[in-house]
Amino acid sequence: MFINFFLELRQAKVPASLREYLTLLEAMREGVADHKVEDFYFLSRACLVKDERNLDKFDRVFGKCFNGLEFLSEETTAEIPEEWLRKLAEKVLTEDEKKMIEALGGWEKLMETLKKRLEEQKGRHQGGSKWIGTAGTSPFGAYGYNPEGVRIGQDKSRNRRAVKVWDKREYRNLDDTVELGTRNIKVALRRLRQFARDGAELELDLPDTIRSTANNAGYLDLKMVPERRNKVKVLLLFDIGGSMDDHIRVCEELFSAARTEFKHMEFFYFHNCLYEKLWKDNRRRHSEFLPTWDVLHKYGHDYKVIFVGDATMSPYEIVYPGGSVEHWNEEAGQAWLQRVTTIYPKVAWLNPVPEKYWEHTPSIQVIRQLMTDRMYPLTLGGLERAMRELSR
Amino acid sequence: MKFSGTDSYVATEDLNVAVNAAITLERPLLVKGEPGTGKTVLAHEIAKALSRPLITWHIKSTTKAQQGLYEYDAVSRLRDSQLGDARVQDVRNYIHKGKLWEAFTAPERPVLLIDEVDKADIEFPNDLLLELDRMEFYVYETRETVQAVNRPVVIITSNNEKELPDAFLRRCFFHYIRFPDRETMQQIVDVHFPGIQKELVREALNIFYDIRETPGLKKKPSTSELLDWLKLLMVEDIPPDALRSKDSSKLIPPLHGALLKNEQDVHLFERLAFIARRERGGN
Repeated sequence: MFINFFLELRQAKVPASLREYLTLLEAMREGVADHKVEDFYFLSRACLVKDERNLDKFDRVFGKCFNGLEFLSEETTAEIPEEWLRKLAEKVLTEDEKKMIEALGGWEKLMETLKKRLEEQKGRHQGGSKWIGTAGTSPFGAYGYNPEGVRIGQDKSRNRRAVKVWDKREYRNLDDTVELGTRNIKVALRRLRQFARDGAELELDLPDTIRSTANNAGYLDLKMVPERRNKVKVLLLFDIGGSMDDHIRVCEELFSAARTEFKHMEFFYFHNCLYEKLWKDNRRRHSEFLPTWDVLHKYGHDYKVIFVGDATMSPYEIVYPGGSVEHWNEEAGQAWLQRVTTIYPKVAWLNPVPEKYWEHTPSIQVIRQLMTDRMYPLTLGGLERAMRELSR
Repeated sequence: MKFSGTDSYVATEDLNVAVNAAITLERPLLVKGEPGTGKTVLAHEIAKALSRPLITWHIKSTTKAQQGLYEYDAVSRLRDSQLGDARVQDVRNYIHKGKLWEAFTAPERPVLLIDEVDKADIEFPNDLLLELDRMEFYVYETRETVQAVNRPVVIITSNNEKELPDAFLRRCFFHYIRFPDRETMQQIVDVHFPGIQKELVREALNIFYDIRETPGLKKKPSTSELLDWLKLLMVEDIPPDALRSKDSSKLIPPLHGALLKNEQDVHLFERLAFIARRERGGN
């Protein structure tokens, strides 16, 4: 019945499954949504969308599929305002189309068929759902009544809604390509959890205790196991200052989320590109810094390295020795980045610059190559992809 | 059995449809939304509206799916066996019913609330798939199958701390409680404080939505916080004028502690209020 709608949803990447579609049909048969197009909207939303991030996509598809379609209640099917339709048809239809109507047997005939079609449809859809479908079997659809927003059988009371619920697009903010809050980042970072039993044996291992007690002829034999802990180790390297100032808020959020999420987390700052120095306090960056070599030696290869930076600079800053804008660097940034990728198998670069602009900035391309394509946009979706890559 | 809000709970139309779908088709309803928008209260109100018993199962990070079904108290059986207690012969004496079992065997069709399902381990929802779908489970110790006499109305709430598995989601209806708009909020306030001064509510709502719109707040105040604040305002007998006074020495609303829960937010709001006042003074 709504198969087109369902397929459109799938095409718009709303992950609705057949099972959910069947649930919707079942609910329609049970008469959960009666007589009102809003109810149908609410019901199909509750059935087919399971994540608030997809609500906006759903609204858009719903608006597209049912554009101009209004519910036909029993009273209105009984009396289609013929005058009104005729007038509209004259306004909307081209001369050719009018001729085609004549060919079909004239206006009266057409009206009759329409009435009959409506009756038929009423008979076919049982359980209170009386829709005129979007399928193209009706000759009426072909003349383009609906696409122009001309509604069949509409009376004045139907106009009380200035904006339809799904056209308000109230869930736009929940789309995961847009919003990024601390809380959402945490959810995304959680993908990186790695639990392991490690350290002092503190928990009672009940199954093992029972087993060994049974083996021990019924005399208690307590067994302990270490507690489960999140073992993942993360090294965060932030680009700071310059063009990164535009992205301060999002980096702050990422940082605070990461800080609460990982027990073993170390962070350092760099400017534009990684060189021989890293620092922890940006105000005293010229007096208190750590040689990058020390950092690379100190944190073992089981650390996962996450760069956060816009990678937007002159390509010279990456490729040539002495390219840095701040100081004379003996070795090119490229060499340092390569060192990191060889020491640490798990590396990802998060870029706050939207993905669609990447190809226009040469330095982003260069760094992306150095990272062997492991550059992700700093959005929820990108973060998830990065975490998946890191936990692989 | 139709749910359409109660005299102490304002349910929007979309929520009603979702709840009714869950009741009619006997499938779980998953409710998400900002904290403090009445997710947990919903289950209580459904139980009240349908006059059904409510069984709540609060999920914590340590909760296991098995605990909802039943627990086998092996340790006390072991102790009893060593003391020679006669009870030890029957394993049934050591099986403690969980919340799901309770709900399945309740004489009247109950409302089962599984609260904050996202707090538990990632695998938790998967472990409950069959139990919630078929409403039955098998007790290994006694070799019996527990089947739901009346399929309970299952309400599941989530705060989005973990993503729920697709297989689990497919079996549920889903509703996202949006933050109420002004009109709905007015209704909610009316329901909770029937005798409150209209003037006070209007001023309070103005301030409330102003605060919510302040950019950069760490935690936006929610419905439950607004209600707390209104209650405080009433108890303290604060006149509506006090909320309106634009140029008084008070930069932030009285009793703001109920709305802003974070000292950085209070500072931020103070600073913004100061700037706003200075701009007004300049004009």
